[in-house]
Amino acid sequence: MKNTGVMGVRGNTIRRGDKRSGGLAAGRMWRGIKRHWQLYLLVAAPMAYIVIFKYIPMYGAQIAFRDYSVVKGFTGSEFVGLKHFRAFFQSPNFWLLIKNTLGISLYSLVVGFPAPIVLALALNEIRRVKFKKTIQMVTFAPFFISTVVMVSMIMIFLSPRLGFVDHIVQGLGFESINFMGSPGYFKSIFVWSNVWQGIGYGAVIYLAALAGINPELYEAAKVDGASRLQKMRHVDIPGIAPAAIILLILSVGQIMNVGFEKVYLMQNPLNVSTSEVISTYVYKIGLLGANFSFSSAVDLFNSLINLVLLISVNAVAKRISDNSLW
Amino acid sequence: MNRATAIRESVGDRVFLALIYIFLCCVLVAVLYPLIYIVSSSFSSAQAVVSGKVWLWPVDFSLMGYKVIFSNPAILTGYMNSIIYTLLGVSINVVMTVAIAYPLSRSTFVGRNLIMMLLVFTILFSGGLIPTYLTVKAVGILDTRWAMVLPGALSVFQVIVARTFFQSTIPKELGEAAELDGCSDIGFLWRVVLPLSKAIIAVLILFYAVGIWNAYFDALIYLKSPELYPLQIILRNILILNTIDATALVDANQMAARQGLRDLLKYSLIVVATVPILCIYPFVQKYFVQGIMIGSVKG
Repeated sequence: MKNTGVMGVRGNTIRRGDKRSGGLAAGRMWRGIKRHWQLYLLVAAPMAYIVIFKYIPMYGAQIAFRDYSVVKGFTGSEFVGLKHFRAFFQSPNFWLLIKNTLGISLYSLVVGFPAPIVLALALNEIRRVKFKKTIQMVTFAPFFISTVVMVSMIMIFLSPRLGFVDHIVQGLGFESINFMGSPGYFKSIFVWSNVWQGIGYGAVIYLAALAGINPELYEAAKVDGASRLQKMRHVDIPGIAPAAIILLILSVGQIMNVGFEKVYLMQNPLNVSTSEVISTYVYKIGLLGANFSFSSAVDLFNSLINLVLLISVNAVAKRISDNSLW
Repeated sequence: MNRATAIRESVGDRVFLALIYIFLCCVLVAVLYPLIYIVSSSFSSAQAVVSGKVWLWPVDFSLMGYKVIFSNPAILTGYMNSIIYTLLGVSINVVMTVAIAYPLSRSTFVGRNLIMMLLVFTILFSGGLIPTYLTVKAVGILDTRWAMVLPGALSVFQVIVARTFFQSTIPKELGEAAELDGCSDIGFLWRVVLPLSKAIIAVLILFYAVGIWNAYFDALIYLKSPELYPLQIILRNILILNTIDATALVDANQMAARQGLRDLLKYSLIVVATVPILCIYPFVQKYFVQGIMIGSVKG
């Protein structure tokens, strides 16, 4: 994308035929801005939004280093340095939060990342258009279900009284299990229900990548007598690798962000020992407990870890595979 | 030709293909069954739902659950609010996204790299929940309808998708020709670019609409007045906050009658809350794969 930009500018320069001094170039730049003033008009509202709702909060994140008071505002409140960070690191919840957050997201990554790839690879083998379309349509449908509805479905299905899952468990001769009330099941319920909801959506990207593979590669594989499995291993997987790596980098960059919405809804007093993650903690301490500075410190710590992870994974990916975000 | 390939396929390949079919059928059942179960239960009688008689198709067909829902004022208010937020929010989102994505797609737009950097940085780093909340409060829209549409008025990810679309489908020569003919930038966007960009606009509408219709978190933190609550908050109150009854196992029989309707209501509510947003899927499906492909593969 950067390349097209540079090429475009160069194209103009050559066509207009003047490559003289920098002063002239600056003058031309201003003329360009003047002539395209309407583009700046268009950008004005979105940029105002970005500044107000994204950059002002970033500026406000400094309350993590202050004792925030409503009267004094972001910059007027007393500066206390790393007090809140220290309090967080020393709090008895710290290791539990880190353990739960990392546990859930690593589990999600290990299961949730390959799942859509497997579905896409399987679908790609199918030549019956109707069957393929049906599977795609059906697996995509849960994308439209809201988190609230998703969690209620989980609760209904896993409920010891109503749910068909428990009926099956009992039918197989086991004791009825209170899934939502057992801390041990929380991670699995969270991760696998995410797979259920997201697999069809996730597969679309890989199917698109598979559709873009050069057909000559398949013909060559056929001529070489490759089996289906070999063709998958040597043509399909390399074909989707670039998309997969980009998505992997992005999800590693989110590793400290376990979707607040779903965890919070799935939480109950019985499973809180495994379901309390950093984002739910920030919400409870910060907004419900009005502990603004402390929870901002927790949040900031979280964002920084994510940023560092994203940058390092990107650097690693760049070195070993040529695919990276930047 | 089919015959020829059939003969050439080895036993191993055929077994492998059969396994793939079995796998996909399992996936199909696993995704479809819960959906059918919910819909069937919602059309059954409370009695049948509680006693677990429903396992695939509706038992004792009844519309009781839906009658109760559509006579509940809180649910109806939530419904109306969600419709308002979705229509308003989608309009704002789409206009804002196009307004910034189009200039960013023009290679002659001075400052586009700077703006792009400012946008991408907000994906990598954010001020966090509390500073955002305090900002929304300072803007003065806390506990108003605007709190449901303004804080999320733009998704940077969608901007990138739309920009990539404009870059790859609108030939640069077209813009230059229009400029020579004296067409203004906004005129060009309105008369030439937008009619060529139906696919991406459909995708934007789909994503924003699903996002806004399904969101509950913004309402949870920004709204206090029940008359402003969107449907998802009402759902949460009915479906989730009332669900943790540990006593259910103990005296299931006694509670059955009273419980019955409440359980049935859950199924009907799920259907009622999901169907409106599902309705837009067929309309935009035509453009959908195209849109995702452009956004993801090239983006």
